Amino acid sequence: MATVTIRDLNKKYDNGFHAVKDVNLEIRDKEFMVLVGPSGCGKTTTLRMVAGLEEITSGEIRIGTEVVNDLPPMDRNIAMVFQNYALYPHKTVFDNMAFGLQMRKYPKEEVLKRVKDAADILGIESLLERKPRQLSGGQRQRVAVGRAIVRHPQVFLFDEPLSNLDAKLRVQMRVELKRLHERLETTAIYVTHDQVEAMTLGDRVVVMKDGLIQQIGAPLELYGNPANKFVAGFIGSPAMNFVNLAVSSDGRWAETEGLRLQVPERLRSHGGKRLTLGVRPEALQIANGTDQHGFTTTVDVVEPLGNEILLNFRAGGAPMVARVDPGVRIKAHESVRFAVEPGRLHFFDAESEAAL
Amino acid sequence: MGGGRAGQDLHLSAEQVRVSRLTRLLESEKALAAALLAPGVAILVLFIAYPFVMALWYSLTSIRVGEAGEFVGVANFTKAMNDSIFQQAFRNTVFYTFWATVFKLALGMWLALLLNRHFRLKRIVRASMLLPFIIPTVLSAFAWRWMFDPTFSVMNWGLYHAGMITDRLPFLSSGDWAMWCAVLVNTWRGMPFFAITLLAGLQTISPDLHEAAALDGANAWHRFWHVTWPLLLPVTLVVVVFSVIQTFSDFQLIYVLTGGGPANSTHLIATYAYQIGVGSGLLGEGAALSLFMFPVLFAVVWVQLRFLKRMDNA
Amino acid sequence: MLIERKWKKWLYFYLPMAAFIVFTLFPFYWMAVTAFRPDSELYATWRQPNAAPLWTLQPTLEHFYGLMKTTAFPTWLWNTMAIAIVSTGISLICGTFAGYALARLRFRGSEFLGTAIFITYLVPQTLLFIPLADIVRDLQLGNTPWALMLTYPTFLIPFCTWLLMGYFKTIPKELEECARIDGATRFGAMVRIIFPVAIPGILSAGIFAFTLSWNEFIYALIFMSSADQKTVPVGVVSELIRGDIFFWGQLMMGALLGSVPVALVYSFFVEYYVTGLTGSVKG
Repeated sequence: MATVTIRDLNKKYDNGFHAVKDVNLEIRDKEFMVLVGPSGCGKTTTLRMVAGLEEITSGEIRIGTEVVNDLPPMDRNIAMVFQNYALYPHKTVFDNMAFGLQMRKYPKEEVLKRVKDAADILGIESLLERKPRQLSGGQRQRVAVGRAIVRHPQVFLFDEPLSNLDAKLRVQMRVELKRLHERLETTAIYVTHDQVEAMTLGDRVVVMKDGLIQQIGAPLELYGNPANKFVAGFIGSPAMNFVNLAVSSDGRWAETEGLRLQVPERLRSHGGKRLTLGVRPEALQIANGTDQHGFTTTVDVVEPLGNEILLNFRAGGAPMVARVDPGVRIKAHESVRFAVEPGRLHFFDAESEAAL
Repeated sequence: MGGGRAGQDLHLSAEQVRVSRLTRLLESEKALAAALLAPGVAILVLFIAYPFVMALWYSLTSIRVGEAGEFVGVANFTKAMNDSIFQQAFRNTVFYTFWATVFKLALGMWLALLLNRHFRLKRIVRASMLLPFIIPTVLSAFAWRWMFDPTFSVMNWGLYHAGMITDRLPFLSSGDWAMWCAVLVNTWRGMPFFAITLLAGLQTISPDLHEAAALDGANAWHRFWHVTWPLLLPVTLVVVVFSVIQTFSDFQLIYVLTGGGPANSTHLIATYAYQIGVGSGLLGEGAALSLFMFPVLFAVVWVQLRFLKRMDNA
Repeated sequence: MLIERKWKKWLYFYLPMAAFIVFTLFPFYWMAVTAFRPDSELYATWRQPNAAPLWTLQPTLEHFYGLMKTTAFPTWLWNTMAIAIVSTGISLICGTFAGYALARLRFRGSEFLGTAIFITYLVPQTLLFIPLADIVRDLQLGNTPWALMLTYPTFLIPFCTWLLMGYFKTIPKELEECARIDGATRFGAMVRIIFPVAIPGILSAGIFAFTLSWNEFIYALIFMSSADQKTVPVGVVSELIRGDIFFWGQLMMGALLGSVPVALVYSFFVEYYVTGLTGSVKG
């Protein structure tokens, strides 16, 4: 059973920088867990502590039932795919993949079999005798993955493996990685700053910021029920629209310039306070006729993408984006009325930014 | 109407012609290159190329201090090859160069690996480790000579009080011991050069590779042997060649440490050439002795260039 | 930093590092202790029971005064410093110009010249000193500082050229091209734009050349005959041994004082020195 349990994990550097703060995480056997967040949020540091490449300041990491805090990397039965691939430049692809097995004194036939199998899975059998510098970026990345596969580890660790690939290749490799995970059925921890990768690859996703976990959940959970403004704005592209609103003293209306709406029942106790309203671009529809929950505004910029159209406008004093069907015929500077389903409105406390 | 006017416009003053010719000259790559290279090349030709040819000429004559001598062909060379002291000096030089280079490489590499880690006081330690290389060889060689002194040696004192010896070690008074002492001092002096240069090479190796190897199950020695050493080979080669050139033609250290003694048993080619050429005034013979160094140096460099080229193409 | 077992750290790092430090610095310590130790204490034989060579209880400046007053040591210091500065200056000028020419300008024979300059490094001073003595005498430079100021560049220029060549190659061409479009001549662009950008490289070459110059011995030994023209290395060797008797106290004081100027200059420019050292190997 290859679970990974992280309890109260902290990392403080010598210069005082507190990179990882009290992280608690339970990764289930065979789960594909994604750590996502902006640069500097602590996701890579956490991964490296699981790998044994960084010393733990406080807290505990278990792989399976074993506490691995003081175990050197080679004794943890893990494999890692590095962002820059870290292929040994002077060794052939075969030797790169075989190195880990050779270090552990596996018999020659076993090494040969495992490398061949991995190469077959990844489609790189023809490259086995080449050196890394003779390979393209995508091929190098496969070799890096192959090197991890041959070890049959308990846990796979991925450190932003796709960020050095061009956009098209990245999409391709994403699908392949997902297919690979289903086939290999091994626990995996994957770090990325790209929320699209997180959403498409993860069984569950951990959003981090400034060393703290913001929310853990299945992708759709994070999308539909973000725990705070940061998660709401981080997941989904184009990002969720935010407007600051002031609630009337009786708690029934929330408004700002040009915008006024009814406060839902459950939030009527927030009279006199300030709220942040969040609504996703895809939740804004062109209103038909006389909808009560709507507002009128003038479109600034129209961005036709072929499969959809993005309308940029201002409402409630803030810039916003709406995502509409490609058939919609609206031109810049035209006046438009938008409608929103009340169920698709998100409210956040203006100070703590927590979801309400 | 227009004719005379046009003619006037095209006519530049003499001054303007002169200036434009000068600027064109300075613009010309060839002329500028020649001007820039002239002073350096002049010094090198006058004080290296010309004396080198002279040395070749001297070695073929019986020139001495005070008399011009006459052409003797390769007599000086054959005399040298039959001279037992020279044979000893040649053997000494090879011995000295070989062992000093081996120790400098091993210790320098070890030190570089140690310095490649992060620790407090790293800057100060790194800076002070270079001191043996910075301080004039003659001065530190004297300090070592004092440390080896037969009557007052601090090392004898230390070993005696540690209970390891009962009678003094004949550091510089026996030919064999003295050569090893010279190797020790040369190693002491040259190791920092290896260490600092190899350290710079180490820092070009991405830490990712060591981490990947650690994850792959390689312990520290395996990581060194399979990852670090192959990637450092080019730098190592260059450093070794530089060092071999310097050590093979070394003069100062033996001159101060033993003067070539006891009984001419610790001479290097360079010190013996000095003794014959300047000490005894036999310039022709001295020049011939020195020239024996040149082919060896040339061969070493040639081998290095071939090796490097082969590695580039691999 | 990879996680490793605690005891390993002590065995594999602290112990060897300490050993290296002691090995490297002990001779200097010994030099200093001897320099400040009175003669009476100095000559205690190694087997004497009460000998305590590792430190002295009565430090004295008698050797310092002896050195300064009875020998020409101050003059040697001055000579060595002057020669080092001038020869470094000459080599830097020649080396910078040559390095630029070889790195930036295209002309026939540039590769040949580069290799030729490299070859001169192979010709050891111990080979050339015999005919050079004659040349120096013919030019009537014997026993004057100019003998060394002109010959030291022979081993400094190749090194400076190399180092600066590598350095110039890393400066983008666009800088010069922009300057020339702005109206500068090639020469002007070189002097006003490129050289200032190359100052770190020039400093590195300069400090390395300076230390090499202090370290030179055989030319100084051959060309300088009178006591007031000698450099520190030669003076210490020839003048402090009178008739087979080594005046160790003064010798070590001389060694110590002779090392101080170089060490001091070096300590201000350590990073530059290291760049110079490593750049010469990479180039």
